[in-house]
Amino acid sequence: MKRKITGGYTLKAPMQRCSWLFMGPVVAAFIIGFVWPFIQGIYLSFCKFQLISDAQFIGFDNYKTALADASFRHAFGFTALFAIVSLILINVIAFAVAYALTQGIKGSNLFRTVFFMPNLIGGIVLGYIWSMIFDGILQRFGTSILLDSKLGFWGLVILIAWQQIGYMMIIYIAGLQAVPEDMLEAAKIDGASRWQTFFKVTIPNVMPSITICTFLSLTNGFKLFDQNLALTAGQPFTIGPDGLPVKQTEMLALNIYNTFYGQNSSSTGVAQAKAVLFFILVAAIGLIQLYYTRRKEVQQ
Amino acid sequence: MKKTLSFILAAVLCMGMLSACGSSNSEAAPADTATGSVYWLNFKPESDEVLQDIAKMYTDETGVPVKVVTAASGTYSQTLNSEMDKSAPPTLFVIGNQAGAKDWADYALDLAGTPIEAELNTDAYNIYSEDGKLVSIGYCYESYGIIVNPDLLEKAGHSLDEITNFETLKAVVEDIHSRAGELGFDAFSSCDMDSSSSWRFTGHMANLEYFYEERDDGGWTECPAELKGTYMENFKNLYDLCINNSTVAPTELATGGHDSEAEFKEGKAAFFVNGSWEFPAVSETVPNATMIPYYCGVEGEEKAGLNCGTENCWAINSKASEADQKATMDFMVWCVTDPEASRMLVDSFGVMPYKSAAESTNGFLAAANEYSNNGCYVMDWATNYQPNVDDYRAALVAALNQYNADQSDANWATVETAFVQGWGAQYKLANG
Repeated sequence: MKRKITGGYTLKAPMQRCSWLFMGPVVAAFIIGFVWPFIQGIYLSFCKFQLISDAQFIGFDNYKTALADASFRHAFGFTALFAIVSLILINVIAFAVAYALTQGIKGSNLFRTVFFMPNLIGGIVLGYIWSMIFDGILQRFGTSILLDSKLGFWGLVILIAWQQIGYMMIIYIAGLQAVPEDMLEAAKIDGASRWQTFFKVTIPNVMPSITICTFLSLTNGFKLFDQNLALTAGQPFTIGPDGLPVKQTEMLALNIYNTFYGQNSSSTGVAQAKAVLFFILVAAIGLIQLYYTRRKEVQQ
Repeated sequence: MKKTLSFILAAVLCMGMLSACGSSNSEAAPADTATGSVYWLNFKPESDEVLQDIAKMYTDETGVPVKVVTAASGTYSQTLNSEMDKSAPPTLFVIGNQAGAKDWADYALDLAGTPIEAELNTDAYNIYSEDGKLVSIGYCYESYGIIVNPDLLEKAGHSLDEITNFETLKAVVEDIHSRAGELGFDAFSSCDMDSSSSWRFTGHMANLEYFYEERDDGGWTECPAELKGTYMENFKNLYDLCINNSTVAPTELATGGHDSEAEFKEGKAAFFVNGSWEFPAVSETVPNATMIPYYCGVEGEEKAGLNCGTENCWAINSKASEADQKATMDFMVWCVTDPEASRMLVDSFGVMPYKSAAESTNGFLAAANEYSNNGCYVMDWATNYQPNVDDYRAALVAALNQYNADQSDANWATVETAFVQGWGAQYKLANG
């Protein structure tokens, strides 16, 4: 405090005057890389365009088409189901692994490294590797991951769990290690059972980790794209009587991508509208979830 | 110490920013030259090497800068979309089918009456927009059908002359397949349905249905709003023959992973469904390989020829500067008239339909010509009319996967729905 008073007037003013110099590059990068494309993206969702430089404003038509699209609604349902299932599986298993690896068993560090490793492989590569693994097994049963939407769904869940458990595990380990030793000791002295200690002391104390992990796995589940593209690409399709396919394992992000590139110029705006709806959805779900889990956190 | 470190960090940051600026500057530079420059967005990865050489040759000869960028396999439309939006967009790009003509007609120069059009020896590969503008012209054409290894046929006690229609093809194929163990090779090479191979069926073989339907209609000039599916049975004939008499069982095709070309080259299969661009690779080990038409049980198919057409069509960017347009036109004319350049291009592409271009050395295109000379009809590429081509084909692949796993009538009905009703539905989407 003392230092601030003595040096404050001489140093603070020039520092403040130069603040733009320090802030500038970051703000500029943020605007160029995020704010401007974001605004342009929203504008384009109201346009019909082939190239983004000559877009033609058409109002809410794109949103109407997007909401009327059966494949988009199906993708939403599929994605929501996938996000919930993967959220539960990833977090329960990651927490269990983290708990096991903080009990001081031999080789903990090796296990942590090994469990974390799948996370270092890119999604596309992972998708192709797993499609080979799944098909090696499924061919014995005369089927394929591309032929049955249930297989496709669980294939995606296994893939994403395998990839993300290690990452969430690291966060949980950090949280578990931060649980104050004295609280655990006090619980023991007070005669709390193992389960009681776990639910009344450990869990409330790792709530910040749970918040961040559930947030990450939920939004990751909704945003999943490359694994989806590489593993199933939306197959199998059911072909409706009108001849249009509904892609059984297509998730929202892939649906948007396919709308943008698979069809012609009249659908680029529709894809853009879907992307805006997608953003609102993911942001809303993320915020609601953050709000609810935050309330359960305890102050140490 | 800390000061030095922060100085170094700051310097690194600045350099990063400067280099980022630098790269975009250098990209834009060629467009500023007064004489104009050429930027060719190529869509065939396999031709990239030779095109880079051609570009260098032209620049060395004339001093006009030529840049060739090749889109990664299967991403041409994405790349074109983003490149066209840049300050130095491609001056030369590819409009390969009617769907492309619909999307890009506004960006294509009308090529009617231009020097490059005057060099053409046929107008068979011209693409017109809906309002009759000549948006692109073929720079090469290709043929597809069934590639055959005549030596293996002989080994199995058959000969190429036996095969004149579906009945005879079927007899030979089924005989070879039934004795595959004893012969050491099978009839057809694998028919994978992954994205690296499925187009051989959803793009090429499907053409037999479109072509015969088109012929009944007296020729198509634009994408028909609906398909009748008159020849679905014929498509099924040939498709079934392929998947059921092949090195790989039909139930194992969905995720792919087999190398059809290698199987044919190594003599493990006598038939290989593919096109003329395979000739350089295939002729390495099977120099006398030839190509036969898609025999499928249509009346009078003894007179069928190969499927000839192209998706390799040049379009000039109408929004490029006049100097660039002229430079591009000069470059195109040079490509098809310069003996050395056209030799290199023809060896890579197969054949170029221009008066003074080099002669073709491609055995499969020679076969195509022989059929024509014997009075057989050319099966043109009606497949180029497929509406929303990527989505349409993806649905067809999914339906074929179900059928391959279980060849029931119900599953074939789904294939038919994707094939016939899918066309109409995608047409409606595309034409809103």
